[in-house]
Amino acid sequence: MMKQIIFAAILLLTLIILGYSFYRIYRFFKLTRPAFKIKDHAQRFNELMRVAFGQSKIFRWPFTGLMHALVFWGFLVITIGSVEMVIDGVAGTHRALGVLGAVYNVIIGSGDVFAVIVLLAILIFLGRRLVMNINRFNGIELRKKSKQDAILALTLIFLLMVSLLGMNMAYVALYESKVWFEGVYPVSRWFSDLFLDGIPYDQLLIVHEVNWWTHILLIFIFANVLPYSKHFHVFTSLPNVYLSRLTPVGKMNTMEDVKTEVEMMMNPEAAQEPPAEELASFGVSDAEHITWKNYLDSLSCTQCGRCTSVCPANQTGKKLSPRKIMVDTRARMKERGPQLLDHGKNADDKKMLIEDFITAEELWACTTCNACVIECPININQPELILEMRRYLVLEQAKAPGELSTMLTNIENNGAPWQYSPEDRMKWSEELFMNV
Amino acid sequence: MTEQKKIDIPIMADLHSKGKKPEYLFWVGCAGAYDDRYKKVTRAFAKILTYFDVDYAVLGTEETCTGDPARRAGNEMLFQMQAMQVIETFKNYDIKKIITICPHCFNTFKNEYPDFGGNYEVIHHTRFINQLLEAHPGKVNADILKKYNIAYHDPCYLGRANGEYDAPREVISKVASKTLEIDPHKSNALCCGAGGAQMFKEAEPGDREVYDMRTEQALATGADVVATACPFCMTMITDGLKLQKKEDKVKNYDIAELVAMALGI
Ligand code: SF4
Ligand code: SF4
Repeated sequence: MMKQIIFAAILLLTLIILGYSFYRIYRFFKLTRPAFKIKDHAQRFNELMRVAFGQSKIFRWPFTGLMHALVFWGFLVITIGSVEMVIDGVAGTHRALGVLGAVYNVIIGSGDVFAVIVLLAILIFLGRRLVMNINRFNGIELRKKSKQDAILALTLIFLLMVSLLGMNMAYVALYESKVWFEGVYPVSRWFSDLFLDGIPYDQLLIVHEVNWWTHILLIFIFANVLPYSKHFHVFTSLPNVYLSRLTPVGKMNTMEDVKTEVEMMMNPEAAQEPPAEELASFGVSDAEHITWKNYLDSLSCTQCGRCTSVCPANQTGKKLSPRKIMVDTRARMKERGPQLLDHGKNADDKKMLIEDFITAEELWACTTCNACVIECPININQPELILEMRRYLVLEQAKAPGELSTMLTNIENNGAPWQYSPEDRMKWSEELFMNV
Repeated sequence: MTEQKKIDIPIMADLHSKGKKPEYLFWVGCAGAYDDRYKKVTRAFAKILTYFDVDYAVLGTEETCTGDPARRAGNEMLFQMQAMQVIETFKNYDIKKIITICPHCFNTFKNEYPDFGGNYEVIHHTRFINQLLEAHPGKVNADILKKYNIAYHDPCYLGRANGEYDAPREVISKVASKTLEIDPHKSNALCCGAGGAQMFKEAEPGDREVYDMRTEQALATGADVVATACPFCMTMITDGLKLQKKEDKVKNYDIAELVAMALGI
């Protein structure tokens, strides 16, 4: 009984802290602009199955892709076991999901195998981070915290797997002869024979208890670390994939308020209601101008750097890094959000997302090639935000690079980006012959 | 002896005044109309259309910019004005099907004009040519291009943006004996560096130019022809070949030019 009360108290504490973290983020979401209406659920579900559960985009990089996919699938199976531990902890039951019978055996058996696979994958990941000098892990946007984040998460997962295996091994040794033994343990059975042979019953009980508590407490700690780390994607990437932008990648969003204005200009008589009173600012210059989707993207970004490593601008040494766009956006909202919540719309810290975080030089280097979009394992759209910031520079500040201003003037005056007369449009067809 | 025949390009307004309505609009695009190198592609494609008796017309002086570079340079206002103007022109001639020789125009018509009420069947010239060759088998003489090893560079706005990887490759395989794949290609292909209005400005400072890197990747295949299907890619790859001092040995042709050659027209 005592154990149940302690467990329930810790669980409650965990949920309260977690709830607070989510509430904070929810309030930041309320500062953002609308993005799109969420419909087409069948298509979204497909995307979720293919990109998230099928890990299709992760596999664009075969080796690390496979490693990550195994960790992810392992995580899914093992989570069911964690849910059982919570039930057992609160209700004082013992392997409560054992009633599932054969299904239970599959879940626990594969969880047992996955524990070892994940353990090995994590060791490889740690090795890559600590020993190998991989470019992707060294962008300027990756501050010390990102690196510590990564190591901390990997260490926690490592310990989670060790304690899970420890628990399973002790369980096998303890209960193997008993009738109420639940589940199958292909790996732990073998390890148990190897390491726990001949250990007395009392001590096995302690080994089991210690590993059980370690495992579940680590989960509670991990869950509460996530919202403050780049590994928040454990929570947000599935929703983010479900809420993917479904329009073709080459399509850029239409600014509806500009459309109303242009329609009025082109056809004054048909003009409907006058534009909204509130002075809209065009494009994105700070955290409060981004849409909820941009913000969700930034929260979900795993900082894996796949986007940056395929970015042509980045590959040729230019300052642009699509990952940095996401990292900066999240960081700015973390700073800006509380100011806006405490002091309202007019809160001003003399800083902006643009310039203070992301410079015009970065923004103008994007070729809108969409390599980053195709690559991102969780369907983030980086150029959308880049374009919104360009829109701010051009529409609000009239700050396009000189040559682009010339190009824009040419389109305005001649209907072509170059300074040629529209009368010359057919020149290509003069004196055109073909062999017959 | 081959004989030369003069071609007259049908203009939408002329046909309209005669009460005729062609099936396709051939959208030439600003590069197709004004860029000296790409004008050759426009001509090659016009010859192909004539050769296969396609029922088409161009807008001529009524054509204007789709607004793509303006939108990507952040000037949404200008883009929308261009878009509405173009859609108005299309309405006048009741245009339903559009063929483009520029992936940027293609993308804008296909994906962006519907927001302004412009819904069309948009066809990129590589796909259209492929259909023509399929409908009229036995027309190309593959021997003409036999001496070339051809590597195809995927334009971002045709490939990644619109999923068209196959048509250009199918066309090349019909006219040439040897095709090479650049590493990386298809959805992994490196941009030529010109999209998103980069074409019209100096690149931001860096270690090197994107087009230089892409040309190097293309040259690594050992190809003697780099095939492109986009006016901007053509400009960039041509510059890259010059920078790498390979312009004498390695040629850069558009898919339409290769086909015109293989047809002997
Ligand atoms: S779309 Fe822009 S940011 Fe993304 S890879 Fe291409 S150049 Fe880089
Ligand atoms: S935006 Fe996507 S690809 Fe880029 S670092 Fe974030 S998760 Fe990775």
